[in-house]
Amino acid sequence: MAFPHRPDAPELPDFSMLKRLARDQLIYLLEQLPGKKDLFIEADLMSPLDRIANVSILKQHEVDKLYKVENKPALSSSEQLCFLVRPRIKNMRYIASLVNADKLAGRARKYKVIFSPQKFYACEMVLEEEGIYGDVSCDEWAFSLLPLDVDLLSMELPEFFRDYFLEGDQRWINTVAQALHLLSTLYGPFPNCYGIGRCAKMSHELWRKLEEEEDGEAKGRRPEIGHIFLLDRDMDFVTALCSQVVYEGLVDDTFRIKCGSVDFGPEVTSSDRSLKLLLNAEDKVFNEIRNEHFSNVFGFLSQKARNLQAQYDRRRGMDIKQMKNFVSQELKGLKQEHRLLSLHIGACESIMKKKTKQDFQELIKTEHALLEGFNIRESTSYIEEHIDRQVSPIESLRLMCLLSITENGLIPKDYRSLKTQYLQSYGPEHLLTFSNLRRAGLLTEQAPGDTLTAVESKVSKLVTDKAAGKITDAFSSLAKRSNFRAISKKLNLIPRVDGEYDLKVPRDMAYVFSGAYVPLSCRVIEQVLERRSWQGLDEVVRLLNCSELAFAGLTKEDKASSESLRLILVVFLGGCTFSEISALRFLGREKVMCLQRSPYCVSRKP
Amino acid sequence: MSRTKGDEEEYWNSSKFKAFTFDDEDDELSQLKESKRAVNSLRDFVDDDDDDDLERVSWSGEPVGSISWSIKETAGNSGSNLEGREQLKSRNSFSSYTQLPKPASTYSLSSFFRGRTRLGSFQSLSDALSDTPAKSYAPELGRPKGEYKDYSNDWSISDTVRRLRKGKVCSLERFRSLQDKLQLLEEAVSVHDGNVITAVLIFLKRTLSKEILFRELELRQVALRHLIHFLKEIGDQKLLVDLFRFLDRTEELALSHYREHLNIQDPEKRKEFLKTCIGLPFSAEDSAHVQDHYTLLERQIIIEANDRHLELAGQTEIFRKHPRKASILNMPLVTTLFYSCFYHYTEAEGTFSSPVNLKKTFKIPDKQYVLTALAARAKLRAWHDVDALFTTKNWLGYTKKRAPIGFHRVVEILHKNSAPVQILQEYVNLVEDVDTKLNLATKFKCHDVVIDTCRDLKDRQQLLAYRSKVDKGSAEEEKIDAFLSSSQIRWKN
Repeated sequence: MAFPHRPDAPELPDFSMLKRLARDQLIYLLEQLPGKKDLFIEADLMSPLDRIANVSILKQHEVDKLYKVENKPALSSSEQLCFLVRPRIKNMRYIASLVNADKLAGRARKYKVIFSPQKFYACEMVLEEEGIYGDVSCDEWAFSLLPLDVDLLSMELPEFFRDYFLEGDQRWINTVAQALHLLSTLYGPFPNCYGIGRCAKMSHELWRKLEEEEDGEAKGRRPEIGHIFLLDRDMDFVTALCSQVVYEGLVDDTFRIKCGSVDFGPEVTSSDRSLKLLLNAEDKVFNEIRNEHFSNVFGFLSQKARNLQAQYDRRRGMDIKQMKNFVSQELKGLKQEHRLLSLHIGACESIMKKKTKQDFQELIKTEHALLEGFNIRESTSYIEEHIDRQVSPIESLRLMCLLSITENGLIPKDYRSLKTQYLQSYGPEHLLTFSNLRRAGLLTEQAPGDTLTAVESKVSKLVTDKAAGKITDAFSSLAKRSNFRAISKKLNLIPRVDGEYDLKVPRDMAYVFSGAYVPLSCRVIEQVLERRSWQGLDEVVRLLNCSELAFAGLTKEDKASSESLRLILVVFLGGCTFSEISALRFLGREKVMCLQRSPYCVSRKP
Repeated sequence: MSRTKGDEEEYWNSSKFKAFTFDDEDDELSQLKESKRAVNSLRDFVDDDDDDDLERVSWSGEPVGSISWSIKETAGNSGSNLEGREQLKSRNSFSSYTQLPKPASTYSLSSFFRGRTRLGSFQSLSDALSDTPAKSYAPELGRPKGEYKDYSNDWSISDTVRRLRKGKVCSLERFRSLQDKLQLLEEAVSVHDGNVITAVLIFLKRTLSKEILFRELELRQVALRHLIHFLKEIGDQKLLVDLFRFLDRTEELALSHYREHLNIQDPEKRKEFLKTCIGLPFSAEDSAHVQDHYTLLERQIIIEANDRHLELAGQTEIFRKHPRKASILNMPLVTTLFYSCFYHYTEAEGTFSSPVNLKKTFKIPDKQYVLTALAARAKLRAWHDVDALFTTKNWLGYTKKRAPIGFHRVVEILHKNSAPVQILQEYVNLVEDVDTKLNLATKFKCHDVVIDTCRDLKDRQQLLAYRSKVDKGSAEEEKIDAFLSSSQIRWKN
């Protein structure tokens, strides 16, 4: 593996505690409804729930049957119904229709709604409007952090990105603050705290407020994690828009990793059924290749296959006693490894087949050209052709967004023609998609000429006042200028390499994009941690449009041992990619943990 | 940021990105295949006692007894008839799980995460708590929040907001003056909690006239965004429209009206609805798109009715030979064009379903048209049509082949539709760039093109190398040998 496990690597905190906590809370909540009951679970909560509890645990607490929350009448005959849901309006409507149907039939049952991770007033309002407030009891299950791996936590909230970055709704900020508060009570205070972005800043402020309100409890505890870094996803859309080429990223792009596990279809398993596989450090084969550039993976796998062969071959020429030993001690491990190996080989084959078919090489070339900012015309016509041929709609959007952000918006003529062709190829209703992307700042049109930039700078001096909201709003699209080129230059994101970039022995984080680009998000984190502040990064912060939104602070007196100081918690508000996780693992002379929200945030549908 | 041509070439030719390519099917895949063979050869030995329990849990991912598995069971059974009910009941109930060969509880799911368990994996909450001085792991665990009722009227604005933030029920009725209401809203905004902001907005919406509410929110953008999102979520389209109108955000107004069409399934009704969208204040650009959307659906409805009839009648050859897989309704324009090139290629321009008519009505660019027509005709293996698509006559009457999309694309599309080698060959020969031509010819096994190109390049070494790739004793081999031994050619190597 590229990064040998350093003997002096600090030990990671025990995150399984989070799972036990969530499980015990759930049990407590189920006990609040004594007696037999049927449990309705929202689809999105099923996988997270599976990771912390199982059927026998639920059964022990008198859960009789399990149902999925979906738009169908319930067939349950139980006297008590319990709903385990995300706080979404459509769930409330579903529950209301169920309860009201019962009422109409003159049937009396007990209902309980458990909101995870918290309840929203808008949901309660719907219950009230539907006339069932009081008929159902409401509770909260504060299960906000799911450990996906030894160094990876997730909130599993796919709507976070859309709610905050598109709609400007701050409803999840409290959830983030609560989660951070939980972490600091469990693992001690964080001595150093950094962040960038509006959401990061607000989450940080609310979190501090929570800590103050419940002061005294975490005091005097020895910190286990030295640094925390909060980062808004819209600081760096570019990285999230690039095709991934490390193994874990490719598996995600190809098969979708959901809640830490992946569904391999028959083409991978070379049998007639699909297989669900957990992808984490427990999978020894996966653990060694997950962070590798795809080109190294074949070599590794074939070496592994040879070793395995050799180990099996040893049984020839064994006597009975040795054979007995072999079977009882080694065989199981070897068999396990054998299966893992054949699965990952199958996955590689499938990825390779798919990528060769879709001209992946050309796609990557285009992406690299966009990142470096040359051959823009050629890239634009590549994208155009991509659209004309009706190749994947998501991929086309991804490329257009990448072009837009790296170029500070599309030239009006290109914007119009690409949009028209897109609507013709994939359907006119994508008009709404374009409007959303524009609002999120992912796909914009260049303002004609320099005149507007001048106006902008003049106006921006005037509109510091809150009351001038309307003007600010009108200019917000301008404020979102991505300035990618300037940032890239300043932070040296495109490494100049003489000769070949050796992907086997990566020299920097750029290896996660074949040596062509250092992920912006990870570079910012690296720079700040090196300085332990934002000092000297003023220009970068300004270019990121975050002049008042970057913060750093020693929150508690620095009592931490040097050991714990090397652990860093990175919080991506709005999701991160596996490439970024790999880059951070590479960076981690100190081990790094990532808190990941939604795994991928590429395209927003209407 | 422009670079000189030389720079670019150097860039692409530098070895930086050549270390690994996804095009290199041969090398990389063969390595992979080799590994696969090796692993597969081990299978005989391994497969004898496959059903090892421990592995079953970690491998099937959804172990027997997992929650997702058990929900699937309930779902799968719930639709069946009454007779099976009793039986199902016993199968569904949890007691039957214990009869399964291996109870799931033996392998708790958490064992996947056998991290460094300092506390042991099955410790209860209270044990974990006693380990640390912290007390607030599970805030309010003792009393469910729903049961908190507090009707005290004395909470200050900041106290009220704090209580709201903690999820406690808290009456807002005492905030009756506009000033109080606005202060409450500002306090909510200042703590950043969107849930509290929405709670206050629900109260304001109920207790303020919409003019006043809108007027105040216009000055408070954060709160305004929350109200808009809230209205979208609960589907209060009417108030949303009023709000956009008040704010003079006409484009958003139009888009939010247009969005409604997604909820209308019936094509006729959808068409009528789209008609009402046409006059809305979209941007000039979007206006045209919405108009096109309406026209397209209108056409599709006509084509669909007509073709369904033709197909049912069973008289038309093309529909008999290639029955339609899906209705054309609500498909994108390009798909419609493909459909029309497939089923209605020869129709005169006057009919709605003819490709030429579509091209004219929607101003489809040449490139797009050729690409789509090519794919459709190639799929039908109508090579003659393909030929005609690229043939142009100049004023002297000579014919010439021209493709607005580049012949390398043409070749790829033909190959995807498994065109015979003779056809492929013809188009590979039309590729201008020699390297691309050679690559494509090699990839698609157009031997003649490869051989001739090597000869033209006077590249003896490459020709020699290619000799090993053609069949022994084939005509191609003879041809290569003839060239290699020819004294007419002055090889460069």
